[in-house]
Amino acid sequence: MSILVDEAVNQSLVSTVKYTSKDFSSDQDVRWCPGCGDYSVLAQVQRILPELNYPKEKIVFISGIGCSSRFPYYMDTYGFHGIHGRATAIASGLKIARPDLMVWVATGDGDGLSIGGNHMIHVLRRNIDLNILLFNNQIYGLTKGQYSPTSEAGKITKSSPVGSVDMPFNPASLALGSGGTFVARSLDRDPKHMQTIIKRAAEHKGTSFVEIYQNCNVFNDGAFFQFTEKETKSDSVVFLEHGKPLVFGKDGDKGIKLDGFSPTVVSLKDGSHSTNDLLIHNEKDSTLAFILANMTYNAEMPRPVGIFLAIDRPRYEDEMEKQIDSAISKRGKGQLDKLLNGGDTWVIQ
Amino acid sequence: MEKETRVLDEVTIRFAGDSGDGMQLTGGQFTNTSAAMGNDLSTLPDYPAEIRAPIGTTYGVSGFQIHFGATEINTPGDHCDILVAMNAASLKVNLRSLQENGIIIVNTDGFGDKNLKLAGYSQSPLADGSLSKYQLFQVDITKLTNLALADLNLPQKTIDKTKNFFALGMMYWMFNRTLDNTNQWIIEKFGKKPELVEANSRVMKAGWNYAETTDVFAVKYEVKPAPLTPGKYRNINGNQAAALGLVAAAHQANLDLFLGTYPITPASDILHELATFKNFRVKTFQCEDEIAGITSAIGASFGGALAATTTSGPGLALKTEAMGLAVMVELPLVIINVQRGGPSTGLPTKTEQADLLQAIYGRNGESPIPVIAASTPSDCFTMAFEASRIALKYMTPVILLTDGYLGNGSEPWLLPQEKDLPSIAPKFRTDPENYMPYQRDDITLSREWAIPGTIGLEHRIGGLEKQDKTGNINYEPENHDLMVKLRAAKVERIANDIPLAKVDGPESGDILVVGWGGTYGTIKTAVERKLKEGKSVAHLHLKYINPMPKNVGEILSKYKYVLVPEINLGQLIKILREKFLVPAIGLNKVQGLPFRSVEIEEKIDSVLGGKL
Ligand SMILES: Cc1ncc(C[n+]2csc(CCOP(=O)(O)OP(=O)(O)O)c2C)c(N)n1
Ligand code: SF4
Ligand SMILES: [Mg+2]
Repeated sequence: MSILVDEAVNQSLVSTVKYTSKDFSSDQDVRWCPGCGDYSVLAQVQRILPELNYPKEKIVFISGIGCSSRFPYYMDTYGFHGIHGRATAIASGLKIARPDLMVWVATGDGDGLSIGGNHMIHVLRRNIDLNILLFNNQIYGLTKGQYSPTSEAGKITKSSPVGSVDMPFNPASLALGSGGTFVARSLDRDPKHMQTIIKRAAEHKGTSFVEIYQNCNVFNDGAFFQFTEKETKSDSVVFLEHGKPLVFGKDGDKGIKLDGFSPTVVSLKDGSHSTNDLLIHNEKDSTLAFILANMTYNAEMPRPVGIFLAIDRPRYEDEMEKQIDSAISKRGKGQLDKLLNGGDTWVIQ
Repeated sequence: MEKETRVLDEVTIRFAGDSGDGMQLTGGQFTNTSAAMGNDLSTLPDYPAEIRAPIGTTYGVSGFQIHFGATEINTPGDHCDILVAMNAASLKVNLRSLQENGIIIVNTDGFGDKNLKLAGYSQSPLADGSLSKYQLFQVDITKLTNLALADLNLPQKTIDKTKNFFALGMMYWMFNRTLDNTNQWIIEKFGKKPELVEANSRVMKAGWNYAETTDVFAVKYEVKPAPLTPGKYRNINGNQAAALGLVAAAHQANLDLFLGTYPITPASDILHELATFKNFRVKTFQCEDEIAGITSAIGASFGGALAATTTSGPGLALKTEAMGLAVMVELPLVIINVQRGGPSTGLPTKTEQADLLQAIYGRNGESPIPVIAASTPSDCFTMAFEASRIALKYMTPVILLTDGYLGNGSEPWLLPQEKDLPSIAPKFRTDPENYMPYQRDDITLSREWAIPGTIGLEHRIGGLEKQDKTGNINYEPENHDLMVKLRAAKVERIANDIPLAKVDGPESGDILVVGWGGTYGTIKTAVERKLKEGKSVAHLHLKYINPMPKNVGEILSKYKYVLVPEINLGQLIKILREKFLVPAIGLNKVQGLPFRSVEIEEKIDSVLGGKL
């Protein structure tokens, strides 16, 4: 870092203060609609940050535009509410300039996948160490309810009165396809699960992409109830856990096995299969991650939730620092007079 | 035969050939040698837009013009006195830039049937008398080059690549230049391949000898050194200069430089240049698009870097929304627009000045941004440094306008010394006591820079309207009105912090020629010539356009006529008319080319003659 930055900031990467979740809540009134799933994400993040022991002043939340993008105002950390779609790009610049910071991105399905889709795929391939929380409510909340790039085909909204003819993105597959090194999904109405995932995302070195199913109770109420409500959840969701077989259903009566490259549901009750036959999740296996992510819109399959992939790859900002260090060790620290006097020079007497 | 030597004050040579003929290199070597011999000079390359156009075609022609002299040289020259054409296509394309009675030196081997056809000549211009108003010299450069290298057993491809040195050798003879500089360069460049050192330097000498011993050339010329300010010089183009200006500013400010950018002609060279300065801790981030270029820079600025983004017209258009964000969050940011011909993709490799209004007004809402412009290639250093100074001091984005002509054109640059650079002393807020993100300095109206990592200063900024002082989101009518006015006033106050405008020529009189940007040298030349003729003419060149120096209005009022030449349909003139209510007269040409001094002289004459 530069001399001036060095002098101004706390150099330590470990907090000396023991924080509580309250320490992370700002003095601003939270302005989401009552009942909005965004509240849960805010609560889980404020819950987990103290556990990370990272100096509060070195944490930054960056967002774009949308209901979800109001997130930084409610965090008592540094924050930047950007412009629509550009949160990942703003965050990339900040993280490259200041690798010492822990940088989070709060974005929506419209912000991160529609207008900001290009930046999203590029940050993932570069593996810049950002923690991206993508609030997926399958709708444009802030602009009052148009269909989004994750809305299901046929969706009826104000802008699609007879049903949308768009095919939705599957965010997890998109993130994997972009070279994401940490790709996960969680649910607004499963706080414990979300906390685990948020913590893992924070600890991952590289871009962490967390899609959170978030209920917009005003414009898309119940979009995920099948996956979040008691009656249907266990039959509709399979939780991915590293090293464990893929079991789901009431009382764990069903499992998933691989048939060639295709996952299929088998019964663990009728005696035909046991857990030994099941697919064991391995979050280091990128091929498996694709197979699991692709179950997402398959009506035959439960919805996969959890960490699809968590692998190590060099981080962009580290590689850049290495090039800088190597240039300095080879050529010496840049000297301005030498630079200005460089090139082919001549002297006029 | 003893050959005659004539002394000349200034000369313009244009080297032209196929893209693969090495004309840029030839011109560059002639430039360096002339500079080392003490001439003042100005150069302009003219590249084809196509990367590898088919050999021998007109759209594959590459040119390099150098104007050098024993006097002050301000432009690469209106017309050339000498045209070196390596093939038919290059003659065809460049003949229009040759002075009547000018010298043409052609490589006859480039005028075979195939070449003539590709160039669109139905018969050879060398034989049909169409060049009779010029002095034509025909040399079979290809054959002579082959002869010179006959005993070296080199592959034909290698031999072909040396023929530009033959042409260079002839020009060195014609202008009494030493071969030493280029020989030295050849050794440095090809040192590891002795056969190439031998070949290139032998061919150059062969060109020199050919001119000296044959009867083809009867006259040689001498251009004496120019009375330049003593000191150390280097030749620099505008893009290199802009890059150095940014590095120098970051260095003086004790900050790291961050560049977020996306490649675009003619601005990419700033990125290329900065990418080599890693030992200055310069971070260049080649993004996925221009929007990421500017927004990543805004992110880096939030983190305490001197952040810049570089582009050309279409890219500036893409950055529009984010420039508004930078205005709102009041963070320092340098935006460099190396203008090219527009609209849309336009003329990517040609020059234009048509983005001025876009730079000043082209955003949604009341979105004031300081706009400054460089006037010569080396001035790009000064103005990039100045853009950084203003951005850091006033916590604002600043747009620096240069153009393709300045970016690629080069001139000798009297090297500045570190100790002579203006001071830039940004400060970060560190005291948590009573911190308010939008509290302003009384004099500059700028807010404080508080960067993540600073204990106790946690705060949030963004594009929504801010409450005065606290920076909290606020939609109250009176507050918005106040903030709009504060942002405008902050930019206006920069006028207190920039030099007063200075006129070249009489302080009052008949006609004031007002320019901005890359037309500087051309206008200066035109005005000086008119002054010599005894006309009452002066030149004002604006480097600060928003805000303007405080005395501009007063200056304008001292002349009967105000003439504003621009390579657009009249953009500065709109601003001058609006601000000062002057009945200014425009001179507008939008051909992708710089003005020629004579065009400005003619307009001055016609205005003075009462023809407005
Ligand atoms: C450049 C630009 N275009 C359009 C908008 C309008 N706009 C604001 S938020 C938004 C969609 C937000 O959807 P999403 O990202 O899913 O966020 P949510 O509100 O659902 O959390 C749109 C279209 C804008 N603010 N800026
Ligand atoms: S509109 Fe929907 S997403 Fe936005 S705050 Fe209300 S409930 Fe939440
Ligand atoms: Mg949404």
